[in-house]
Amino acid sequence: MLTRRTLLQGTAAASLVPAGRALAADMPGVTASEIRIGNTNPHSGPASAWGVIATAEAAYFQMINDQGGINGRKIAFQSLDDGYSPPRTVAQTRKLVEEDEVSFMFNGLGTACQTAVRQYLNAKKVPQLFVATGADKFGDPQHFPWTMGWNPSYRTEAAIYGKYLVQEKPNAKVGVLYQNDDFGKDYLLGLKDGMGEHYASMVVKEVSYESTDPTIDSQAISLQSAGVDAVVTAALPKIAAQMIRKIADLNWHPLHIMSNVSVSVAAVLIPAGPEKAIGMLTAAYQKDNSDPRWVNDPGMEEWRGFMKKYLPSADLADANFGYGFATAGTMAHVLRQCGDDLSRANVMKQAASISGLQAPTFLPGVLIATSPSNFHPIRAMQMQKWDGAAWQLFGPVITA
Amino acid sequence: MSRLAAVGVAVLLIAPAFVLSGYHLFQTTMLAVYALAILGLDLVTGTTGQVSLGHGAFYAIGAYVTAILMASFNWPYWATLPVAGAVCAALGFAIGLPALRLRGPYLALVTLALAAAVPQILRAKALETWTGGAQGIVLSGPEVPALLPLSADQFLYLFVLAIAALLFLAAHLLLRGRIRRAMAAIRDHPLAAEAAGIDVAAIKTRAFAISALFTGIAGSLGALVVQFVAPDSFEVMLSIALFVGLVVGGTGSLPGAVAGAGFVLFVPNLSELVSKSAPGVVYGVLLVAALFVMPSGAAGALRRLVASRRRARPDTA
Amino acid sequence: MSALLHQTLSGLATGGIYASVALALVMVYRATRHLNFAQGEMATFSTYIALTLIQAGVPYWAAFALTVVLSFALGVALERLLLRRMAQAPGLSAVGVSIGLLLIFNALSGWLFGYTVKQFPSPFEGRSGGVLGGLVSGHELGMTAVTVVLLLLVYGFFRFTRLGLAMRAAAGNAESSRLVGIDVGWTLAIGWGMAASLGAVAGMMVAPLVFLDPNMMSGVLLYAFAGALLGGIDNPFGAAVGGFAVGVIENLGGAYIVGTELKLTLALVIIAAVLVLRPAGLFGRAVVVRV
Repeated sequence: MLTRRTLLQGTAAASLVPAGRALAADMPGVTASEIRIGNTNPHSGPASAWGVIATAEAAYFQMINDQGGINGRKIAFQSLDDGYSPPRTVAQTRKLVEEDEVSFMFNGLGTACQTAVRQYLNAKKVPQLFVATGADKFGDPQHFPWTMGWNPSYRTEAAIYGKYLVQEKPNAKVGVLYQNDDFGKDYLLGLKDGMGEHYASMVVKEVSYESTDPTIDSQAISLQSAGVDAVVTAALPKIAAQMIRKIADLNWHPLHIMSNVSVSVAAVLIPAGPEKAIGMLTAAYQKDNSDPRWVNDPGMEEWRGFMKKYLPSADLADANFGYGFATAGTMAHVLRQCGDDLSRANVMKQAASISGLQAPTFLPGVLIATSPSNFHPIRAMQMQKWDGAAWQLFGPVITA
Repeated sequence: MSRLAAVGVAVLLIAPAFVLSGYHLFQTTMLAVYALAILGLDLVTGTTGQVSLGHGAFYAIGAYVTAILMASFNWPYWATLPVAGAVCAALGFAIGLPALRLRGPYLALVTLALAAAVPQILRAKALETWTGGAQGIVLSGPEVPALLPLSADQFLYLFVLAIAALLFLAAHLLLRGRIRRAMAAIRDHPLAAEAAGIDVAAIKTRAFAISALFTGIAGSLGALVVQFVAPDSFEVMLSIALFVGLVVGGTGSLPGAVAGAGFVLFVPNLSELVSKSAPGVVYGVLLVAALFVMPSGAAGALRRLVASRRRARPDTA
Repeated sequence: MSALLHQTLSGLATGGIYASVALALVMVYRATRHLNFAQGEMATFSTYIALTLIQAGVPYWAAFALTVVLSFALGVALERLLLRRMAQAPGLSAVGVSIGLLLIFNALSGWLFGYTVKQFPSPFEGRSGGVLGGLVSGHELGMTAVTVVLLLLVYGFFRFTRLGLAMRAAAGNAESSRLVGIDVGWTLAIGWGMAASLGAVAGMMVAPLVFLDPNMMSGVLLYAFAGALLGGIDNPFGAAVGGFAVGVIENLGGAYIVGTELKLTLALVIIAAVLVLRPAGLFGRAVVVRV
């Protein structure tokens, strides 16, 4: 019997014969020599800081290709700019799917942007894999069997903080600073999940900021004057750094829990002043390159080697490079697992059966795992505390 | 001859539905939507000289009216358009009232602030039941009537085209008549216009209301095409894009609005082909270059070209 | 009560940020009768230049001075090379060009200097923890003082110097100014240069407070415009007062009246109300047009 493998490894000329065409219909975006993967990212506009994620992913796939590809196929990764605007995401996604005939979409960024194409991709049965947002709704296999998230859900993370507060500081007066969008609001939901009936009595103040607000001084003052002694901050790095500094400037000493989006040593703690954040808590899943405790870590060495070779001029303090390395690694793992059946159905099936993958840049014990009923690949996190020079892990790895 | 030309134009406009594939047809549909939105802006900025940097707000409100009526009240898609238009016209009228007193930069900046405030208002807790807050609203696209042998994309294009054509025709009639002359008089010589008995205040407010109506309906169509609305879709940059489309296309011209829409829709993708690492720089440079080459926009350049041809061959004029 | 005082003082400090950028906007408007939407992004770019100099070992004040000079040159060059050629074009196109510049400088900053948040040194550090019983930080106080000095400089420039008077005349009526021997071309270019310098100073004062990233000024610009609207876009004093006022309104409105979600909307409503009563802002002069 002619196996798929021999078929796929046929020459380019062979793919012109009818058998090859039948194959293409079976597996869109896949030829004998390559597999096409699509992605949308904000390469322009106000959110273009995230654009480097796609840069890191492109570099990772280049590395895979230099090593001979996966099962003899090169990865043709195409990332298009959507400027973080949902209507453009729809246009670019349709271009990738209909014109460039990608096999599937990978790590498209932004909650609103990816929500805008979720219905379309599911109707077309095109996998929407490892979406780059922590919004909880992207792990819903029942309603959207072709969509899978990647980031630990913001809501799950916040639930961990909620439980921690109820257990460790039951008499705390909790205040929350959150960005007024889906990202920030998921933290409120998660805290409610984690604190249950204690939420109403413990949380005394919730204040929001807009992503365009230059400062959050006023919000910090409001929290302080409400008598808050435990702050949960759900903010992006710039505002997080401002919050750390403002709390110190106010000579206020609450327990401070920070969203793990904003705990980079180089990009948040050093600008804010490392001594000002002593005692701050967060739940982590990745190692931070700028954290001295990982200087000789083999996993991080692997990442640094990759960066040195493929992105030599990149800013190592930018956590997005580590993120892109890990997402692309997960993707490569799934493709390897697919073997030669690169049909969309099998890609989705394999993505939903990752059993305990330890990424080199992840904390020990934090595994990537999925199943047909679990479309949240990363659910484990560990609490850590900032000691002024490095993050110190404590307690067990918590799986939500 | 002119009837023949009209048929030709109609064929040309309808043809994309049967020639273009899904993605290209989608883009062409969006082109019609943005052209309509820019035409709306032109009706106030191009004709009365009042600069609005906040028309994205009307686009957003039109889109949300359609989305809310469809999602929360189960209205059929087509019935939402007049409501979206009316709501935006009323808002435009209300904003036109203080606008009467503002000149030049003040109006531009107030409208810009309006554009900045709208996404915030859409996210507000008090409205979350209807707007879906930061999550927005996912819509299902219009059903193709059972009798028509069309795909969803084709039907959507023809529907948008029909509405846009209707409104372009209305604008054309509006821009030809007495009101056009009155508006131009206001733009060029407000005092003389007033002295000549033109009710400057009434015309300006009406212009703003009509303008908002056009852009609002464009937003409503945009929601049907994209089938999703969220505050993130209507940030300040949308208003800026509409303004850029107007300036590049040129004011006071219907084809200009289409050219401008083409610029804001396609040039960003073109920029990406030039530079992967900084498409924003390329887009900015292309924008500045376009204005350098055509300071009065594509429409202005065309007018000048036609004028110089006429001068060169006076006998054919 | 002390919270109210604290919110007010903090609003004034934030308002100082808006006021300093608003001054640059007024500068360009007075000199050219155009709004420069790229002002904020140019200021961010200048701040990156300053940071690069400081990281290269240049002492703070030398880097400061050098940045002011370089920014001046950049402003002059932009006017002479770009805006100049748009002089005959409709006013809309000049606005279009400034939007093009906004996009270019924003993307350039990210591309050249990266997107991670950077710390920018303050010349007024040392008293961290604050003055006035911890209500205001040393840098906030210093920045406010710098804003006031800039205001006096701009005010004095337009009021008392020949160049300033010439600039006002040129912007008001270019033809007549040419007839009395004013080199209108250069007054426009110098206006752009001075605005770019003011923006650079604003950027270097703001960055220690909000941290430096490519979008540092995007939000600030909106509020600076709001301040200029409130106070009067052609009046440096009005724009500065407007900037401070917007900072306070925003804080008090957000903390006590409408909540943080709608404070921008509240500011908008207040501005609209003021403009209905005084169409040229609180301190602006209504321009009387001669027929």
